[in-house]
Amino acid sequence: MEYDEKSRYIELNMGPQHPSTHGVLRLRLTLDGETVKKVEPIIGYLHRNAEKICELDFYCDALIYFDRMDYVGAMNMEVGYLEAAEKLLNIEPPERVKWIRVIMAELNRIASHLVWAGAFGLDLGMLTPFFYVFEEREKILNLFTEICGSRQETNYMSIGGVYQDFNDKIIFRIREFLDEFPKKLEEVYNLFIKNDIFISRTKDIGILEPEIALSYGVTGPMLRASGIPYDVRKDEPYLVYDRVNFTVPISKKKDVLARFIVRFEEMRQSVKIVKQALDKLPDGPFFNPKAKKSLMIRLRGEGDVYARTESTKGEFGVYMVGDGSVKPYRVHVRSPAFKNLSVLPYLSKDVLIADMVAISGSIDLVFGEVDR
Amino acid sequence: MKTGDAGFITTTLEKAMEWSRSNSIWPLTFGLACCAIEMMAVQASRLDVSRFGSEVFRNSPRQSDLMIVSGTVTKKMAPRLRRLYDEMPYPKYVIAMGVCVIQGGPYNQGYSVVLGVDRVVPVDVYVPGCPPTPEALTNGIILLQKKIRNEADR
Repeated sequence: MEYDEKSRYIELNMGPQHPSTHGVLRLRLTLDGETVKKVEPIIGYLHRNAEKICELDFYCDALIYFDRMDYVGAMNMEVGYLEAAEKLLNIEPPERVKWIRVIMAELNRIASHLVWAGAFGLDLGMLTPFFYVFEEREKILNLFTEICGSRQETNYMSIGGVYQDFNDKIIFRIREFLDEFPKKLEEVYNLFIKNDIFISRTKDIGILEPEIALSYGVTGPMLRASGIPYDVRKDEPYLVYDRVNFTVPISKKKDVLARFIVRFEEMRQSVKIVKQALDKLPDGPFFNPKAKKSLMIRLRGEGDVYARTESTKGEFGVYMVGDGSVKPYRVHVRSPAFKNLSVLPYLSKDVLIADMVAISGSIDLVFGEVDR
Repeated sequence: MKTGDAGFITTTLEKAMEWSRSNSIWPLTFGLACCAIEMMAVQASRLDVSRFGSEVFRNSPRQSDLMIVSGTVTKKMAPRLRRLYDEMPYPKYVIAMGVCVIQGGPYNQGYSVVLGVDRVVPVDVYVPGCPPTPEALTNGIILLQKKIRNEADR
Protein backbone atom coordinates (compact mmCIF):
# COMPACT_ATOMS: atom_id res chain seq x y z
CA MET A 1 0.00 0.00 0.00
CA GLU A 2 1.19 3.46 -0.78
CA TYR A 3 2.23 5.48 2.24
CA ASP A 4 0.67 8.90 2.41
CA GLU A 5 2.30 11.51 4.64
CA LYS A 6 -0.94 13.49 4.88
CA SER A 7 -3.09 10.65 6.13
CA ARG A 8 -0.73 10.10 9.02
CA TYR A 9 -2.22 13.02 10.94
CA ILE A 10 -5.75 13.17 12.26
CA GLU A 11 -7.58 16.42 12.79
CA LEU A 12 -9.68 16.36 15.93
CA ASN A 13 -12.08 18.97 17.16
CA MET A 14 -12.31 19.41 20.92
CA GLY A 15 -15.08 21.57 22.27
CA PRO A 16 -16.85 23.99 22.54
CA GLN A 17 -18.88 21.56 24.65
CA HIS A 18 -16.26 19.51 26.42
CA PRO A 19 -15.87 18.80 30.14
CA SER A 20 -12.22 19.81 30.29
CA THR A 21 -12.23 23.01 28.29
CA HIS A 22 -13.51 25.16 31.18
CA GLY A 23 -16.44 26.67 29.38
CA VAL A 24 -16.49 27.25 25.69
CA LEU A 25 -12.92 26.89 24.43
CA ARG A 26 -12.62 25.07 21.13
CA LEU A 27 -9.33 23.41 20.23
CA ARG A 28 -8.43 22.11 16.80
CA LEU A 29 -5.88 19.38 17.35
CA THR A 30 -3.60 17.74 14.82
CA LEU A 31 -2.72 14.31 16.13
CA ASP A 32 -0.13 11.70 15.28
CA GLY A 33 -1.55 8.71 17.10
CA GLU A 34 -2.00 10.03 20.60
CA THR A 35 0.66 12.71 20.32
CA VAL A 36 -0.46 16.27 19.79
CA LYS A 37 1.38 17.86 16.88
CA LYS A 38 -0.45 21.16 16.72
CA VAL A 39 -3.06 22.97 18.79
CA GLU A 40 -5.12 25.84 17.51
CA PRO A 41 -7.36 27.49 20.13
CA ILE A 42 -10.53 29.02 18.66
CA ILE A 43 -12.18 31.57 20.91
CA GLY A 44 -15.12 33.92 20.68
CA TYR A 45 -17.96 31.64 21.75
CA LEU A 46 -18.64 33.86 24.74
CA HIS A 47 -18.01 37.25 23.13
CA ARG A 48 -20.53 39.45 24.95
CA ASN A 49 -19.10 42.83 23.80
CA ALA A 50 -18.75 44.06 27.38
CA GLU A 51 -16.20 46.71 26.42
CA LYS A 52 -18.59 48.22 23.91
CA ILE A 53 -21.57 48.20 26.27
CA CYS A 54 -19.48 50.04 28.88
CA GLU A 55 -19.47 53.02 26.51
CA LEU A 56 -23.27 53.17 26.63
CA ASP A 57 -23.49 53.32 30.44
CA PHE A 58 -22.67 55.79 33.18
CA TYR A 59 -19.36 55.39 34.97
CA CYS A 60 -21.05 53.84 37.98
CA ASP A 61 -23.11 51.37 35.92
CA ALA A 62 -20.26 49.95 33.84
CA LEU A 63 -19.05 48.12 36.94
CA ILE A 64 -21.46 45.21 36.52
CA TYR A 65 -19.85 44.15 33.25
CA PHE A 66 -16.53 43.87 35.04
CA ASP A 67 -18.12 41.59 37.63
CA ARG A 68 -19.05 39.25 34.84
CA MET A 69 -15.64 39.22 33.13
CA ASP A 70 -13.75 37.06 35.57
CA TYR A 71 -16.89 35.70 37.16
CA VAL A 72 -15.04 33.52 39.66
CA GLY A 73 -13.07 36.43 41.11
CA ALA A 74 -15.53 39.29 40.71
CA MET A 75 -14.15 41.46 43.53
CA ASN A 76 -10.72 41.62 41.91
CA MET A 77 -12.31 42.84 38.69
CA GLU A 78 -14.21 45.55 40.58
CA VAL A 79 -10.98 46.72 42.18
CA GLY A 80 -9.35 46.84 38.74
CA TYR A 81 -12.14 48.91 37.21
CA LEU A 82 -12.37 51.33 40.13
CA GLU A 83 -8.60 51.90 40.15
CA ALA A 84 -8.98 53.28 36.62
CA ALA A 85 -12.34 55.02 37.05
CA GLU A 86 -11.38 56.80 40.27
CA LYS A 87 -8.14 57.99 38.71
CA LEU A 88 -10.08 59.37 35.74
CA LEU A 89 -12.79 61.03 37.84
CA ASN A 90 -10.38 62.34 40.51
CA ILE A 91 -12.18 60.73 43.42
CA GLU A 92 -10.11 59.36 46.25
CA PRO A 93 -11.80 56.64 48.35
CA PRO A 94 -11.55 57.04 52.15
CA GLU A 95 -8.95 55.07 54.07
CA ARG A 96 -11.43 52.54 55.50
CA VAL A 97 -12.72 51.71 52.02
CA LYS A 98 -9.23 50.81 50.82
CA TRP A 99 -8.81 48.26 53.59
CA ILE A 100 -12.29 46.83 53.03
CA ARG A 101 -11.50 46.41 49.34
CA VAL A 102 -8.28 44.56 50.14
CA ILE A 103 -10.17 42.20 52.47
CA MET A 104 -12.87 41.43 49.92
CA ALA A 105 -10.42 41.03 47.01
CA GLU A 106 -8.25 38.60 48.95
CA LEU A 107 -11.21 36.55 50.16
CA ASN A 108 -12.36 36.28 46.58
CA ARG A 109 -8.86 35.28 45.47
CA ILE A 110 -9.11 32.34 47.85
CA ALA A 111 -12.53 31.39 46.46
CA SER A 112 -11.29 31.64 42.88
CA HIS A 113 -8.22 29.48 43.47
CA LEU A 114 -10.40 26.92 45.27
CA VAL A 115 -12.72 26.64 42.26
CA TRP A 116 -9.66 26.28 40.05
CA ALA A 117 -8.31 23.46 42.21
CA GLY A 118 -11.63 21.62 42.05
CA ALA A 119 -11.95 21.99 38.28
CA PHE A 120 -8.31 21.01 37.78
CA GLY A 121 -8.94 17.87 39.79
CA LEU A 122 -11.93 17.06 37.61
CA ASP A 123 -9.77 17.49 34.49
CA LEU A 124 -7.37 14.88 35.80
CA GLY A 125 -10.15 12.53 36.89
CA MET A 126 -10.08 13.32 40.61
CA LEU A 127 -13.61 13.77 41.90
CA THR A 128 -12.99 13.91 45.66
CA PRO A 129 -11.28 17.33 46.11
CA PHE A 130 -14.13 18.98 44.16
CA PHE A 131 -16.50 18.45 47.09
CA TYR A 132 -13.99 19.67 49.67
CA VAL A 133 -13.16 22.90 47.86
CA PHE A 134 -16.77 23.80 47.21
CA GLU A 135 -17.57 23.37 50.89
CA GLU A 136 -14.94 26.00 51.73
CA ARG A 137 -16.06 28.23 48.88
CA GLU A 138 -19.63 28.17 50.16
CA LYS A 139 -18.38 29.55 53.49
CA ILE A 140 -16.74 32.50 51.74
CA LEU A 141 -19.84 33.10 49.64
CA ASN A 142 -21.96 33.04 52.78
CA LEU A 143 -19.82 35.90 54.11
CA PHE A 144 -20.32 37.74 50.82
CA THR A 145 -24.08 37.22 51.00
CA GLU A 146 -24.13 38.75 54.43
CA ILE A 147 -22.00 41.74 53.43
CA CYS A 148 -23.20 42.47 49.89
CA GLY A 149 -26.48 40.58 49.54
CA SER A 150 -25.21 38.59 46.58
CA ARG A 151 -23.13 35.48 46.18
CA GLN A 152 -21.01 35.56 43.11
CA GLU A 153 -21.50 38.68 40.99
CA THR A 154 -21.50 40.92 44.03
CA ASN A 155 -21.55 44.48 42.61
CA TYR A 156 -20.32 45.49 46.06
CA MET A 157 -17.94 48.34 45.38
CA SER A 158 -18.86 51.62 43.82
CA ILE A 159 -17.01 54.74 42.78
CA GLY A 160 -15.54 56.35 45.89
CA GLY A 161 -16.74 53.74 48.34
CA VAL A 162 -18.47 50.47 48.98
CA TYR A 163 -22.15 49.56 49.11
CA GLN A 164 -22.31 48.70 52.79
CA ASP A 165 -20.06 49.12 55.79
CA PHE A 166 -18.51 46.30 57.80
CA ASN A 167 -19.96 45.79 61.27
CA ASP A 168 -18.57 43.92 64.26
CA LYS A 169 -20.54 40.78 63.50
CA ILE A 170 -19.06 40.53 60.00
CA ILE A 171 -15.53 41.06 61.29
CA PHE A 172 -16.08 38.36 63.89
CA ARG A 173 -17.38 35.94 61.27
CA ILE A 174 -14.48 36.58 58.89
CA ARG A 175 -12.04 35.95 61.75
CA GLU A 176 -13.90 32.76 62.62
CA PHE A 177 -13.57 31.58 59.01
CA LEU A 178 -9.87 32.47 58.85
CA ASP A 179 -9.14 30.50 62.02
CA GLU A 180 -10.41 27.21 60.69
CA PHE A 181 -9.66 27.67 56.98
CA PRO A 182 -5.86 26.91 57.00
CA LYS A 183 -6.53 23.48 58.49
CA LYS A 184 -9.06 22.66 55.77
CA LEU A 185 -6.71 24.02 53.13
CA GLU A 186 -3.97 21.63 54.22
CA GLU A 187 -6.48 18.80 54.06
CA VAL A 188 -7.29 19.63 50.42
CA TYR A 189 -3.61 20.17 49.62
CA ASN A 190 -2.73 16.74 50.97
CA LEU A 191 -5.52 15.13 48.94
CA PHE A 192 -3.67 16.28 45.85
CA ILE A 193 -0.03 16.17 46.78
CA LYS A 194 -0.04 12.76 48.48
CA ASN A 195 -1.63 11.14 45.45
CA ASP A 196 0.94 9.37 43.29
CA ILE A 197 -1.22 9.48 40.18
CA PHE A 198 -1.64 13.25 40.52
CA ILE A 199 2.09 13.74 40.91
CA SER A 200 2.98 11.56 37.92
CA ARG A 201 0.44 13.35 35.75
CA THR A 202 1.66 16.84 36.61
CA LYS A 203 5.40 16.59 37.31
CA ASP A 204 7.67 17.69 34.43
CA ILE A 205 4.65 18.32 32.19
CA GLY A 206 4.21 21.56 30.31
CA ILE A 207 7.53 23.18 31.15
CA LEU A 208 7.37 26.93 30.53
CA GLU A 209 10.75 28.64 30.32
CA PRO A 210 10.85 32.15 31.85
CA GLU A 211 12.02 33.80 28.59
CA ILE A 212 9.14 32.25 26.63
CA ALA A 213 6.67 33.26 29.34
CA LEU A 214 7.82 36.87 29.20
CA SER A 215 7.72 37.00 25.40
CA TYR A 216 4.10 35.75 25.38
CA GLY A 217 3.05 38.22 28.07
CA VAL A 218 2.16 35.56 30.59
CA THR A 219 1.49 36.91 34.09
CA GLY A 220 0.14 35.80 37.42
CA PRO A 221 0.69 32.40 39.02
CA MET A 222 1.78 30.98 35.62
CA LEU A 223 4.72 33.39 35.47
CA ARG A 224 5.58 32.99 39.15
CA ALA A 225 5.68 29.22 38.71
CA SER A 226 8.37 29.81 36.07
CA GLY A 227 10.54 31.54 38.64
CA ILE A 228 9.91 35.24 38.02
CA PRO A 229 8.65 37.04 41.16
CA TYR A 230 6.42 39.54 39.36
CA ASP A 231 3.34 40.63 41.25
CA VAL A 232 1.62 43.99 40.76
CA ARG A 233 0.67 44.02 44.43
CA LYS A 234 4.39 44.13 45.29
CA ASP A 235 5.94 45.91 42.31
CA GLU A 236 3.44 48.72 41.87
CA PRO A 237 1.29 48.68 45.03
CA TYR A 238 -2.28 49.89 44.75
CA LEU A 239 -4.85 50.32 47.56
CA VAL A 240 -2.90 49.52 50.74
CA TYR A 241 -0.84 46.54 49.64
CA ASP A 242 2.36 48.41 50.55
CA ARG A 243 1.25 48.44 54.20
CA VAL A 244 0.64 44.71 54.61
CA ASN A 245 3.29 42.08 55.01
CA PHE A 246 3.25 39.17 52.57
CA THR A 247 5.58 37.28 50.27
CA VAL A 248 5.22 36.49 46.59
CA PRO A 249 5.49 32.71 46.20
CA ILE A 250 7.63 31.47 43.31
CA SER A 251 8.78 28.10 42.11
CA LYS A 252 11.78 27.10 40.00
CA LYS A 253 10.22 23.90 38.68
CA LYS A 254 8.24 25.56 35.82
CA ASP A 255 5.85 22.63 35.34
CA VAL A 256 2.14 22.04 35.99
CA LEU A 257 2.80 20.87 39.55
CA ALA A 258 4.68 24.11 40.27
CA ARG A 259 1.63 26.14 39.19
CA PHE A 260 -0.51 24.10 41.54
CA ILE A 261 1.85 24.65 44.47
CA VAL A 262 2.18 28.38 43.76
CA ARG A 263 -1.61 28.84 43.76
CA PHE A 264 -1.97 27.05 47.09
CA GLU A 265 0.82 29.12 48.60
CA GLU A 266 -0.97 32.24 47.35
CA MET A 267 -4.07 31.23 49.27
CA ARG A 268 -2.02 30.96 52.46
CA GLN A 269 -0.60 34.44 51.82
CA SER A 270 -4.12 35.77 51.23
CA VAL A 271 -5.17 34.49 54.63
CA LYS A 272 -2.22 36.39 56.10
CA ILE A 273 -3.19 39.59 54.28
CA VAL A 274 -6.84 39.46 55.40
CA LYS A 275 -5.81 38.88 59.02
CA GLN A 276 -3.51 41.92 58.97
CA ALA A 277 -6.14 44.04 57.22
CA LEU A 278 -8.76 43.18 59.84
CA ASP A 279 -6.34 44.23 62.58
CA LYS A 280 -5.48 47.52 60.90
CA LEU A 281 -9.00 48.41 59.70
CA PRO A 282 -9.43 52.12 60.59
CA ASP A 283 -12.66 53.88 61.51
CA GLY A 284 -14.23 56.40 59.20
CA PRO A 285 -16.78 56.85 56.44
CA PHE A 286 -17.35 54.11 53.89
CA PHE A 287 -17.89 56.36 50.88
CA ASN A 288 -16.54 59.63 49.55
CA PRO A 289 -19.24 62.34 49.85
CA LYS A 290 -18.27 63.56 46.36
CA ALA A 291 -19.71 60.30 44.98
CA LYS A 292 -23.03 60.18 46.79
CA LYS A 293 -25.72 58.09 45.16
CA SER A 294 -27.61 61.13 43.88
CA LEU A 295 -24.47 62.68 42.41
CA MET A 296 -23.05 59.46 40.99
CA ILE A 297 -24.54 59.66 37.49
CA ARG A 298 -23.29 63.21 37.06
CA LEU A 299 -19.63 62.34 37.39
CA ARG A 300 -17.61 63.50 34.41
CA GLY A 301 -14.12 62.49 33.41
CA GLU A 302 -11.65 63.77 30.87
CA GLY A 303 -8.35 62.38 29.63
CA ASP A 304 -7.10 58.83 29.54
CA VAL A 305 -5.82 56.54 32.26
CA TYR A 306 -4.34 53.07 32.55
CA ALA A 307 -4.50 51.19 35.82
CA ARG A 308 -3.22 47.73 36.52
CA THR A 309 -4.01 45.41 39.34
CA GLU A 310 -3.24 41.82 40.22
CA SER A 311 -6.35 39.78 39.58
CA THR A 312 -6.59 36.09 40.35
CA LYS A 313 -5.25 35.18 36.90
CA GLY A 314 -2.51 37.77 36.53
CA GLU A 315 -2.02 41.40 35.60
CA PHE A 316 -5.39 42.97 34.87
CA GLY A 317 -5.18 46.30 33.11
CA VAL A 318 -7.95 48.77 32.36
CA TYR A 319 -7.47 51.59 29.86
CA MET A 320 -10.17 54.25 29.93
CA VAL A 321 -10.72 57.38 27.88
CA GLY A 322 -13.16 60.08 28.96
CA ASP A 323 -14.34 62.90 26.71
CA GLY A 324 -15.88 65.12 29.38
CA SER A 325 -19.33 63.55 29.25
CA VAL A 326 -21.03 61.32 31.83
CA LYS A 327 -20.12 58.15 29.94
CA PRO A 328 -16.70 56.71 29.17
CA TYR A 329 -15.54 57.19 25.58
CA ARG A 330 -13.57 53.96 25.41
CA VAL A 331 -12.87 51.13 27.81
CA HIS A 332 -10.22 48.56 26.97
CA VAL A 333 -9.25 45.59 29.08
CA ARG A 334 -5.93 43.77 29.17
CA SER A 335 -7.14 40.39 30.27
CA PRO A 336 -4.59 38.02 31.81
CA ALA A 337 -6.40 34.79 30.90
CA PHE A 338 -6.33 35.71 27.20
CA LYS A 339 -2.57 36.29 27.28
CA ASN A 340 -2.03 33.11 29.27
CA LEU A 341 -4.08 31.09 26.78
CA SER A 342 -1.85 32.25 23.92
CA VAL A 343 1.01 30.16 25.29
CA LEU A 344 -1.01 26.90 25.07
CA PRO A 345 0.03 26.03 21.46
CA TYR A 346 3.68 26.36 22.47
CA LEU A 347 3.31 24.29 25.64
CA SER A 348 1.38 21.42 24.08
CA LYS A 349 3.66 20.62 21.20
CA ASP A 350 4.56 16.89 21.11
CA VAL A 351 2.74 15.94 24.29
CA LEU A 352 0.04 13.32 24.80
CA ILE A 353 -3.61 14.40 24.68
CA ALA A 354 -4.01 13.60 28.38
CA ASP A 355 -1.08 15.87 29.21
CA MET A 356 -2.52 18.64 27.07
CA VAL A 357 -5.67 18.53 29.20
CA ALA A 358 -3.52 18.92 32.32
CA ILE A 359 -1.69 21.87 30.76
CA SER A 360 -4.83 23.69 29.65
CA GLY A 361 -6.30 23.08 33.09
CA SER A 362 -3.27 24.63 34.79
CA ILE A 363 -3.70 27.92 32.90
CA ASP A 364 -6.89 28.77 34.86
CA LEU A 365 -9.05 29.88 31.98
CA VAL A 366 -12.21 31.87 32.53
CA PHE A 367 -13.98 32.59 29.31
CA GLY A 368 -15.88 35.66 30.37
CA GLU A 369 -12.50 37.31 30.51
CA VAL A 370 -10.87 35.78 27.43
CA ASP A 371 -13.68 36.70 25.03
CA ARG A 372 -15.14 39.65 27.01
CA MET B 1 -52.38 6.00 42.14
CA LYS B 2 -54.54 3.83 44.39
CA THR B 3 -52.96 1.79 47.13
CA GLY B 4 -54.62 -1.48 48.12
CA ASP B 5 -54.33 -3.41 51.35
CA ALA B 6 -52.92 -6.42 49.55
CA GLY B 7 -49.49 -4.73 49.30
CA PHE B 8 -49.60 -3.84 45.62
CA ILE B 9 -50.26 -0.66 43.70
CA THR B 10 -52.48 -0.22 40.72
CA THR B 11 -51.51 2.48 38.32
CA THR B 12 -51.25 3.18 34.65
CA LEU B 13 -48.12 2.48 32.70
CA GLU B 14 -47.81 6.17 31.82
CA LYS B 15 -47.93 7.19 35.47
CA ALA B 16 -45.25 4.67 36.42
CA MET B 17 -43.03 5.78 33.55
CA GLU B 18 -43.42 9.45 34.42
CA TRP B 19 -42.65 8.75 38.04
CA SER B 20 -39.44 6.95 37.22
CA ARG B 21 -38.49 9.45 34.53
CA SER B 22 -38.96 12.46 36.79
CA ASN B 23 -36.68 11.04 39.46
CA SER B 24 -33.70 10.37 37.21
CA ILE B 25 -33.21 13.46 35.10
CA TRP B 26 -29.62 13.36 33.91
CA PRO B 27 -28.34 16.81 32.91
CA LEU B 28 -25.78 17.54 30.21
CA THR B 29 -22.46 19.06 31.31
CA PHE B 30 -22.87 22.26 29.41
CA GLY B 31 -21.40 25.29 31.14
CA LEU B 32 -21.41 28.50 29.17
CA ALA B 33 -20.61 31.38 31.52
CA CYS B 34 -21.06 32.68 35.06
CA CYS B 35 -24.11 30.53 35.83
CA ALA B 36 -22.05 27.40 35.16
CA ILE B 37 -20.18 27.97 38.43
CA GLU B 38 -23.49 28.05 40.32
CA MET B 39 -24.50 24.91 38.42
CA MET B 40 -21.32 23.29 39.75
CA ALA B 41 -22.28 24.47 43.24
CA VAL B 42 -25.62 22.67 42.88
CA GLN B 43 -23.71 19.49 42.16
CA ALA B 44 -21.28 19.98 45.06
CA SER B 45 -21.47 19.34 48.76
CA ARG B 46 -23.90 21.80 50.33
CA LEU B 47 -26.77 21.64 47.84
CA ASP B 48 -26.33 18.07 46.70
CA VAL B 49 -28.67 17.72 43.72
CA SER B 50 -28.48 13.94 43.91
CA ARG B 51 -31.28 14.21 46.48
CA PHE B 52 -33.47 14.73 43.43
CA GLY B 53 -31.83 12.13 41.25
CA SER B 54 -29.99 14.56 38.97
CA GLU B 55 -26.41 14.14 40.11
CA VAL B 56 -25.21 12.24 37.05
CA PHE B 57 -23.90 14.99 34.80
CA ARG B 58 -23.30 13.36 31.43
CA ASN B 59 -20.63 14.60 29.07
CA SER B 60 -22.32 13.24 25.97
CA PRO B 61 -25.66 14.65 24.79
CA ARG B 62 -26.74 11.15 23.75
CA GLN B 63 -26.92 10.01 27.37
CA SER B 64 -28.67 13.01 28.88
CA ASP B 65 -32.27 14.10 29.33
CA LEU B 66 -31.91 17.69 30.43
CA MET B 67 -29.97 20.63 29.06
CA ILE B 68 -29.32 23.37 31.60
CA VAL B 69 -28.39 26.38 29.45
CA SER B 70 -26.21 28.18 31.99
CA GLY B 71 -24.87 31.45 30.68
CA THR B 72 -25.07 33.90 27.83
CA VAL B 73 -25.77 32.36 24.41
CA THR B 74 -23.93 34.23 21.68
CA LYS B 75 -24.68 34.16 17.99
CA LYS B 76 -21.56 32.08 17.44
CA MET B 77 -22.62 29.51 20.04
CA ALA B 78 -26.31 29.22 19.06
CA PRO B 79 -25.86 26.78 16.13
CA ARG B 80 -23.72 24.52 18.34
CA LEU B 81 -26.35 24.66 21.07
CA ARG B 82 -29.06 23.68 18.62
CA ARG B 83 -26.92 20.81 17.36
CA LEU B 84 -26.36 19.51 20.89
CA TYR B 85 -30.10 19.73 21.52
CA ASP B 86 -30.81 17.76 18.35
CA GLU B 87 -28.36 15.07 19.42
CA MET B 88 -30.20 14.44 22.69
CA PRO B 89 -32.67 11.53 22.65
CA TYR B 90 -36.38 12.01 23.40
CA PRO B 91 -37.84 12.84 25.89
CA LYS B 92 -35.68 15.93 26.42
CA TYR B 93 -36.07 19.04 28.51
CA VAL B 94 -34.41 22.45 28.70
CA ILE B 95 -33.94 24.73 31.70
CA ALA B 96 -33.04 28.34 30.88
CA MET B 97 -30.82 29.43 33.78
CA GLY B 98 -30.13 33.09 34.31
CA VAL B 99 -31.48 36.27 32.87
CA CYS B 100 -28.99 36.28 29.95
CA VAL B 101 -30.54 33.08 28.67
CA ILE B 102 -34.08 34.32 29.17
CA GLN B 103 -33.85 37.65 27.34
CA GLY B 104 -30.24 38.80 27.01
CA GLY B 105 -29.90 40.23 30.50
CA PRO B 106 -27.27 42.91 31.01
CA TYR B 107 -25.99 42.22 27.49
CA ASN B 108 -29.39 42.94 25.97
CA GLN B 109 -28.14 45.98 24.06
CA GLY B 110 -25.14 44.17 22.61
CA TYR B 111 -24.64 43.05 19.03
CA SER B 112 -23.48 39.49 19.55
CA VAL B 113 -25.94 38.05 22.07
CA VAL B 114 -29.01 35.93 21.30
CA LEU B 115 -31.94 37.60 23.06
CA GLY B 116 -33.39 34.55 24.70
CA VAL B 117 -32.49 30.91 24.15
CA ASP B 118 -36.17 30.18 23.40
CA ARG B 119 -35.46 31.53 19.93
CA VAL B 120 -33.18 28.53 19.41
CA VAL B 121 -34.59 25.65 21.46
CA PRO B 122 -37.94 25.14 23.27
CA VAL B 123 -37.63 25.91 26.98
CA ASP B 124 -39.52 24.11 29.78
CA VAL B 125 -38.49 26.01 32.92
CA TYR B 126 -37.11 29.55 33.28
CA VAL B 127 -34.94 30.29 36.31
CA PRO B 128 -34.37 34.05 36.67
CA GLY B 129 -31.45 35.67 38.46
CA CYS B 130 -28.00 36.99 37.61
CA PRO B 131 -26.75 34.45 38.44
CA PRO B 132 -29.57 32.49 40.12
CA THR B 133 -28.65 31.03 43.48
CA PRO B 134 -28.13 27.26 43.58
CA GLU B 135 -31.36 27.06 45.57
CA ALA B 136 -33.21 28.68 42.67
CA LEU B 137 -31.81 26.13 40.23
CA THR B 138 -32.80 23.30 42.58
CA ASN B 139 -36.29 24.77 42.63
CA GLY B 140 -36.24 24.82 38.83
CA ILE B 141 -35.39 21.11 38.74
CA ILE B 142 -38.26 20.37 41.18
CA LEU B 143 -40.65 22.35 38.96
CA LEU B 144 -39.49 20.33 35.97
CA GLN B 145 -40.14 17.11 37.90
CA LYS B 146 -43.69 18.26 38.62
CA LYS B 147 -44.16 19.04 34.96
CA ILE B 148 -42.97 15.59 33.91
CA ARG B 149 -45.26 13.88 36.44
CA ASN B 150 -48.31 15.62 35.02
CA GLU B 151 -47.54 14.97 31.37
CA ALA B 152 -50.17 12.22 30.89
CA ASP B 153 -52.93 14.41 32.32
CA ARG B 154 -52.50 17.03 29.64
